[in-house]
Amino acid sequence: MNYSYYPGCTLKTKAKELDIYGRLSAAKLGIILEEPEHWQCCGGVYPQGEDEIATRLSSIRALAAAKEKGQDLITLCSACHHVLKRVNNDMKRNATICQRANNYLQLDTPYRGETEVLHYLELLRDRIGFDTLKSAVVNPLKGVNIAAYYGCLLLRPGKEMGFDDPEDPCIIEDFIRALGATPVKYSQRNECCGGYLTLENKGAAQKRAEAILSSAADAGAEMIVTACPLCLYNLKNNAKTKIPVKYFTEVLAEALGVKEEL
Amino acid sequence: MSLTNKVTAEDVLRISGVDASRCMQCGKCSGACPNYDEMDLHPHQFAALLRKGEVERLMESNALYQCLSCFACSQRCPRNVEPAKIIEAVRLTVIRQKGRNYMTADRLPEKLDEDLPQQALVSAMRKYSK
Ligand code: SF4
Ligand code: SF4
Repeated sequence: MNYSYYPGCTLKTKAKELDIYGRLSAAKLGIILEEPEHWQCCGGVYPQGEDEIATRLSSIRALAAAKEKGQDLITLCSACHHVLKRVNNDMKRNATICQRANNYLQLDTPYRGETEVLHYLELLRDRIGFDTLKSAVVNPLKGVNIAAYYGCLLLRPGKEMGFDDPEDPCIIEDFIRALGATPVKYSQRNECCGGYLTLENKGAAQKRAEAILSSAADAGAEMIVTACPLCLYNLKNNAKTKIPVKYFTEVLAEALGVKEEL
Repeated sequence: MSLTNKVTAEDVLRISGVDASRCMQCGKCSGACPNYDEMDLHPHQFAALLRKGEVERLMESNALYQCLSCFACSQRCPRNVEPAKIIEAVRLTVIRQKGRNYMTADRLPEKLDEDLPQQALVSAMRKYSK
């Protein structure tokens, strides 16, 4: 099955592992990810202002390109997913934003939110199925205690993201189980790591990162997995407690036997 | 710093699309805020002061730059007020004014480190400058 795939700026640079292991694993599972030729950076922050049009355009171009190909659009980075999903909702539900954006873009046919935006984890859960994933695993990660770090952007606002229960999610724990590892639940898994503040107020980011790492450590985590490059950076660099933090695609590739050293 | 253009509560309501009159001041948003300690004004106060039309006070708040955009307040508000949208709308009314960018690109090189993801830079520019 073929899907459009939006990597985003960071997956081409600092978060190459998230991208490469995601592609290798998809190929192993029979999924072809097609990257549109001319995608542009989504900006990393969803423009909440209803009169912000220019900052929504790069997302809409990617969404419209997927529509042209008749494909769903797969994302990997939590921030890209958040931005693309919510901008797509705006194009579906907010007539003013939709009209103003289309006035700028002048596409052959106006874009009205037709594309379905799916995060890679949703692809695994809803299209492939965790049972199928489990049967594709060749190196089960037996006995490894892995803590899922959800953060904010995949989950909230729940009624817009529709990703999982925003207060008690289970998709990443189910994913970890499918790989043969043991999920570790801890109280801070869906609380913000403060990553957006890392340039502006490092102390605050350090405080948040430490709260998350110590909560995961207390629960017995040996590893933390995330889908967000900024969370990974912040949890790795800004907390005193040290637990290895990896992209979920890296453990996926390992379990599927397609992990190469990068 | 003086502001060039006057901003009204109506401007903030229009940009945010939020109906602050629905707020019942329960404080659940501020209770949920993970960066409460760093802010001089908290999400429930943004809703309250906006209702009173005290926009200038909101425009001077450091919370505009300390808010993590984590949406915990919006998620947990029982009245669907979405305080995060109020905070962002007020921030926009400030940084859209001439000379009021909070962070500019020339300040970025000193903040770089080996591991810093591009995402940190683009999002800081999105949030703090126009
Ligand atoms: S949670 Fe909602 S209703 Fe309660 S104080 Fe905050 S904005 Fe107002
Ligand atoms: S979005 Fe901002 S104000 Fe709301 S809970 Fe998060 S940090 Fe606090």
